[in-house]
Amino acid sequence: MQQASSKVAAGDDAPLIEPPVLERVLQVAVRRGADMAEVFAEDRQTSGASLDGRKVEALSSGRERGAGIRVVVGETTGFAHTADLSEQGLLAAATAAAAVARQGGGGVREVALPARRPAGPGAEVLPSTVAKAAKLELLARADEAARAAGGAITQVTAAYGDVRRRVLVASTDGVLAEDDQVRTRLNVLCVASGDAGMQTGYESVARTVGFELFDRVDVDELARTAAARAISKLSARPAPSGELPVVLAGGSGGILFHEACGHGLEADHIAKDASVYTGRVGELVASPLVTLVDDGTLVGEWGNFAVDDEGRPAARNVLIDHGILTDYMWDWLRARKEGRPSSGNGRRQSYRHLPMVRMTNTFLLPGPEDPEEIVAQTPRGVYVAKLGGGQVNTTTGDFVFGTTEAYLIENGRITEPLRDANLIGNGPEILRRVDAVAGDFSLTPGTCGKDGQSVPVGCGQATLRVTGITVGGTAA
Amino acid sequence: MTELLDVAQGVVDRARPGEGVEAYVARGTETEVRAYDGRVEQLAAASSAGIGIRVVVPAPGGAGNQVGFAWAGSLERDVIDQVLADARDNAAYATPDPDVALAEPDGAAPAEIDLWDPDFSRLSTDQKIQLALDLERAVRHADPRIRQVDAADYADGHREVALASTTGIRAATRRTSAFLSVSAIAGHSAESQTGSGFSVGRAGSSLDPSEAARSAVERAVRMLGAGRARTQRTVVVFDPRVVSTLLGVVSAALSGEAVVKGRSFFAGRVGEQVAAAGVTLVEDPTDPRAFRAAAYDGEGLACRPTRLVDAGVLSGFVYDTVSARRAGTTSTGSGVRGGYSSTPAAGCRAVALAPGPLDQEAILRSVGEGLYVQSVTGVHSGVNPVSGDFSVGAVGLLVRTGALAEPVRELTVASTLQRMLQSVVHVGADLAWLPGTAAGQTLAIADMQVSGA
Repeated sequence: MQQASSKVAAGDDAPLIEPPVLERVLQVAVRRGADMAEVFAEDRQTSGASLDGRKVEALSSGRERGAGIRVVVGETTGFAHTADLSEQGLLAAATAAAAVARQGGGGVREVALPARRPAGPGAEVLPSTVAKAAKLELLARADEAARAAGGAITQVTAAYGDVRRRVLVASTDGVLAEDDQVRTRLNVLCVASGDAGMQTGYESVARTVGFELFDRVDVDELARTAAARAISKLSARPAPSGELPVVLAGGSGGILFHEACGHGLEADHIAKDASVYTGRVGELVASPLVTLVDDGTLVGEWGNFAVDDEGRPAARNVLIDHGILTDYMWDWLRARKEGRPSSGNGRRQSYRHLPMVRMTNTFLLPGPEDPEEIVAQTPRGVYVAKLGGGQVNTTTGDFVFGTTEAYLIENGRITEPLRDANLIGNGPEILRRVDAVAGDFSLTPGTCGKDGQSVPVGCGQATLRVTGITVGGTAA
Repeated sequence: MTELLDVAQGVVDRARPGEGVEAYVARGTETEVRAYDGRVEQLAAASSAGIGIRVVVPAPGGAGNQVGFAWAGSLERDVIDQVLADARDNAAYATPDPDVALAEPDGAAPAEIDLWDPDFSRLSTDQKIQLALDLERAVRHADPRIRQVDAADYADGHREVALASTTGIRAATRRTSAFLSVSAIAGHSAESQTGSGFSVGRAGSSLDPSEAARSAVERAVRMLGAGRARTQRTVVVFDPRVVSTLLGVVSAALSGEAVVKGRSFFAGRVGEQVAAAGVTLVEDPTDPRAFRAAAYDGEGLACRPTRLVDAGVLSGFVYDTVSARRAGTTSTGSGVRGGYSSTPAAGCRAVALAPGPLDQEAILRSVGEGLYVQSVTGVHSGVNPVSGDFSVGAVGLLVRTGALAEPVRELTVASTLQRMLQSVVHVGADLAWLPGTAAGQTLAIADMQVSGA
């Protein structure tokens, strides 16, 4: 990061809450007897714009700041949040959160926080310093490029958004951490119309960086990709139904691993025996070709941060090593029970939410094969060029993920385009069926929802093949 | 409430000559309890407030109007000042558009529905905790095959909203809500299956924990031993909860906004037979039983019933002000907004199919052979309201000789929304208002493709 060109406004160096105030609030939070108290403060500024049907709609600017206070007593967590960051507001929230501590007699506990280490924004060009017209210019370019891609394009929506999220975490465990996260995104949704109805094509770019994102991203190309996806599906035939070999392209999304095992390796599911991977550390749970990593340290990726929402530094964690399950992902609460450190996976949507175990950037390490060879050696199957979202039941391991650009493979060649469909499989079974992994790795941004909270994540993989997975199309 | 309306009106009163200003102000509290293993796992209590402001100005040169929006999660005076300034600044960048306007009062009277249960505030925190603990215990002890309760939650809250604008809109509403939900895990040797149950109401005292527990247990236990279904084309009977979800997707294509922007497969088809004759679909947020019932829409107009499909014939769409102007019609009072941080858009709050004559048992008897779908996954990744392509993951039970038979999992059901609407063979009599934007009832649809082993 080139900090030299950062434009940090005056006053941004000041903490969201002064350390002496934090110490007094934490003292009140543990007064009635608590194992741990934590203040999470957040100041979030967002801006967004969309161009829809050739018109710039209302630009949006938003600001939200507040603090969530967590008090842990034994197995019980108390939580309260407030938009009032004054000492009085924080003390009221601390008292409310501490209501779960009924024993009393905690007495006065000294709370001493370490010295501050202020965080600068991880962005070269803060989006708030960029003229609104420059953001709209991107949308106009995307709209034009998408419409120029073909007469079949009948509707284009281009949306831009940025968020700056300054966070501060302080706890009675002696944590005092700050982070300044800047995220910028742009997406294009095209509708193409033909004799057989309408089809959609979507493409996005999203990174944990500032407006410099667009120095490196070709917006025209992104829009053309979205348009081509919609147009190609106009002549698509229904996807097949039943179990088939499936080749997932590098950069198609990586959502397979996010759903097939990512969620199932989150320690909160493990602790409640609500995952098919419970009690299986050290066992072979996947093909030896599978090495799966969750890495919050990848600078600029969508799931990147300096510290997680519990103040722990982001980390790189190997979850599956050559098919063997090596570890789960942990937040503070679940790690404490096992007497081990957090793995830096404690995240929350905002100060209004409790942290829980979440993925960051989760990806399969690349393998030795050639992507084209993998297709050539697949006599019949489905080639997925782009994936949409997915969903998993961690308890049974059954998961689905949707295609947004897919083709038939016939005689080792990619042939006709297919309409969108979900694919369904069982995590541990599908992981064993990965029989080829190529080297063309890339990460894709996504939004991960869990228990009502959304956080930005990255998913990645190289081109790979699954020997059999159920394709949910309508063709017999 | 008056106080919130005063805050909104205070912003509106600062409009400059020729400027349209709309202020949406909301405030609420919530309490959430999660029980686990006979203890309180989480207890959260919080209140929040915020404001969203739209500013509409005539574009220089008379080419139409421009709109800008800004919001903040605070009602402090200096914050509101900044929000108004930001919304004003944002307006200068929007494309001038003659159809952009704030809602104008249209004379429709708001329905007199009471969404505020005074019992709401009578439950103490201890009683709320007890409800969650009792729910968890009820599930754990209901059946020896229940091996885990993943989450047993009680949540309640109240919310007040006020909306005022320079066009003369003044609306204020308040509502309470309470919710119990539980997720059960049934097991047999290495196998685990899940089922969920819930109860919703306007106060904790009106919830039904035993019904929530019963359905979670039944759904988890009856899935034990589930195998794969074979790939086949068959009749699918959807559980009421699934139908509620599916109607939510269908209603997205009935939004006037999707229609005028060319993103609905229903566009241009009013008056045509788009569904089987047994399908009548109505949006009626003034039905107080609806989870999202409301007297006013997201622009402060009175909510009102709108007939969408009448005996299979497409009869209309739901509109907010801007989409209605684009379509050359008037708002149906269907502006919905996700809170103070978003602008209104045309959408449904409370759609329901007119009930048919048969209950679920009779429908299964009539269908004879097919698949009963208990729950679906991947709706956001496999159902496209623009193209109509439909493909979802499912678990359920086979239907044999007119009754539920062995459980099946890891399968998909697929078709297109267009074909599904035409292939409805039974609409259940068992209409129930479920959380979400649609009621649910048993629904049987012919000619669906099932993918399995």
